Amino acid sequence: MVLKLEHVTKRFGKFTAVDDLSLTIPEKEIFGFLGANGAGKTTTFRMILGLLDTNGGRITWDGQAIDYSTSHLVGYLPEERGLYPKLKVRDQIIYLARLRGMQKNEALIELKSWLERFKISEYENKKVEELSKGNQQKIQFIAAVVHKPKLLILDEAFSGLDPVNVEMLKEAVLALKENGATIVFSSHRMEHVEEMCEHLCILHKGSPVVHGSLKEIKREFGKKNLVIHADFSLDSLRNYPGVVKTKTTMEGIHLQIEGEYIAEKILKEIVGKGFIRKFALEEPSLNDIFIEKVGNSYE
Amino acid sequence: MNSFWIILFHTYLNKLKSKSFIITTIITVVIVLALTNINTIIGLFDKNGEKDQVAVLDETHQLYEPFKQQVNTINKDIKLTLYKGNEKEAEKAVEKGDIKGIIQLRFNKEKLPEATYKAMSIADSALHTDLQTSLQQVKTMLAASQIHLEPAQLKKLYEPVSFEKFALEKNAKTEEELNQARGLVYVLLFIIYFAVIMYANMIAMEVATEKSSRVMEILISSVSPIKQMFAKILGIGLLSLTQLAAFLLVGYFSLTRNMESLKEGFFGVYGFGDIPLATIVYAVIFFILGYFLYATLAAFLGSLVSRIEDVQQMITPMTMMVVAGFMIAMFGLGKPDAVFITVTSYIPFFTPMIMFLRVGMLTIPAWEALLGIAILVATITVLAIFGARVYRGGVLMYGKSNSFKDIKKALQLTKNE
Repeated sequence: MVLKLEHVTKRFGKFTAVDDLSLTIPEKEIFGFLGANGAGKTTTFRMILGLLDTNGGRITWDGQAIDYSTSHLVGYLPEERGLYPKLKVRDQIIYLARLRGMQKNEALIELKSWLERFKISEYENKKVEELSKGNQQKIQFIAAVVHKPKLLILDEAFSGLDPVNVEMLKEAVLALKENGATIVFSSHRMEHVEEMCEHLCILHKGSPVVHGSLKEIKREFGKKNLVIHADFSLDSLRNYPGVVKTKTTMEGIHLQIEGEYIAEKILKEIVGKGFIRKFALEEPSLNDIFIEKVGNSYE
Repeated sequence: MNSFWIILFHTYLNKLKSKSFIITTIITVVIVLALTNINTIIGLFDKNGEKDQVAVLDETHQLYEPFKQQVNTINKDIKLTLYKGNEKEAEKAVEKGDIKGIIQLRFNKEKLPEATYKAMSIADSALHTDLQTSLQQVKTMLAASQIHLEPAQLKKLYEPVSFEKFALEKNAKTEEELNQARGLVYVLLFIIYFAVIMYANMIAMEVATEKSSRVMEILISSVSPIKQMFAKILGIGLLSLTQLAAFLLVGYFSLTRNMESLKEGFFGVYGFGDIPLATIVYAVIFFILGYFLYATLAAFLGSLVSRIEDVQQMITPMTMMVVAGFMIAMFGLGKPDAVFITVTSYIPFFTPMIMFLRVGMLTIPAWEALLGIAILVATITVLAIFGARVYRGGVLMYGKSNSFKDIKKALQLTKNE
């Protein structure tokens, strides 16, 4: 059951929100969907869910179009959180679950197990508006997954949560994947994506600038990070050929270099000048890639 | 269960259980009970049915008996007693509250009666008006006998003139029927008016609440917006019928229980005794159609606002239309056959009230009523199709939105090209 987007385009009047986007999202995997604000992520999600029609192209899941007849298989956590403020947690989740084709009893059992898992069983009969923001977020998450969807779309699932709650939800997402759900995951927190996603796509102004598996993306990016901590001044490395970017820290210097061979040269250069506390060659982070790919085109 | 029915019953039960709904229903039921028991309630405060005691100081020693007779025919609740003491003592008795007032009867120069009435307060105008009328009649009798008129001649003089009214049109309503119809139509128009405003408001609020709380995005990813819109309209419609049924049942039972005492008052004039079935059937039809017309309008207007605060602003034009319809209908109560009324009864936004007024007050051919219904159904269909498209786009639009330009934007969102 592969989610496929083929040449999908969406225009609002003269503005093109999504431009000829083609993606293949493998089954039983967490797919990272990144992009700056306004890059077209939410519009893409809305098209996947059938809330918006496309201006061109096809979106299929397991070879079929997604519409209201498949809504019981799909779960959606929108970026803009929303629940009925005056409704009790229990009534709310059961109502939303029944709209996704679940039976009342089944929904109640599932709800109780999720509440226990998130350690908020005592809120079952509280109104949503009485809960803290973090707990509301958990209820929202339960609303998206209570009907055991096969395709789950999480738009900014972890924003506004404290680190303990982020861990809790992250584990839940990974468990859902283990149980066979295909998950599309969007976030502004690169480390979350790096940690959880095998494949990802970075969207910029409606078209993908990076697309593929995380390892390949990093390898293709080529550039590496070099961290040097030393007792002597490293300022001379600023203008060293092959160095793309430099950042001075309290203890030394962070360099972005064009390739591994530059590191070798730099090592030879500085050996003997004094004591080197740290010399480490690192893979580029997703953050670096994102900033380079998206930030460059800002200019 | 189908998601349509889940939404319908969720909307219905949720509103039914809400505090505001229960409170409005109870208050209205109390008002209905009070109105239908109005005579009992007035009696309750009226010194438990005690008669008004008035002392008569008859200086002429002839007027007391004829005066008492006259008063008795006019109002049995006034009890006259011939007072033996002098004026001062009588005034004291009034101050003490033993008697309501004193009336001094005497003759003027022409040997005709005149009187002075004294009481603690003369606010109870019904009492002294009755006394005055009685004395007037005594005076007329005396004056007549002074010019030597026979009682038979006198009777002839005061006999009311016979004045009968006939409508030449076949089946036209008689005066009595028209009065009856006017009362009934008046009450039903009020019900239609209030119900349409109240429930249309409720729908717009409901949609706007879902949108502003952003739960809408989850809802429309589960169930199509069009299904939601109609489930909601029907759910609130069911609610309105429940509430109306409660009012009508309470009103009906209370009325039939108190029928005897009410026949003489307001209800006698407007004769609710035998309500024509056709009028009730038309009232129900026009109520339901009117509800659907304005509910559909309210639903799609509600879908355009992002904040609850903007709802009122958005639906004001709609409310104005209902008010205008009601005003025209009120005018029409006195002149239901005016050309203006006939014309406006075919304008769909006014039809529910004005066509109903015509059906209730006049004898119009059935095709005219049916044409009105057909126009309404057609308008509702068009509005529903158009409204559903606006709704589908509108629920996805956020931001400053309180202008009608947004309708265009919402339609654009649902277009493919």
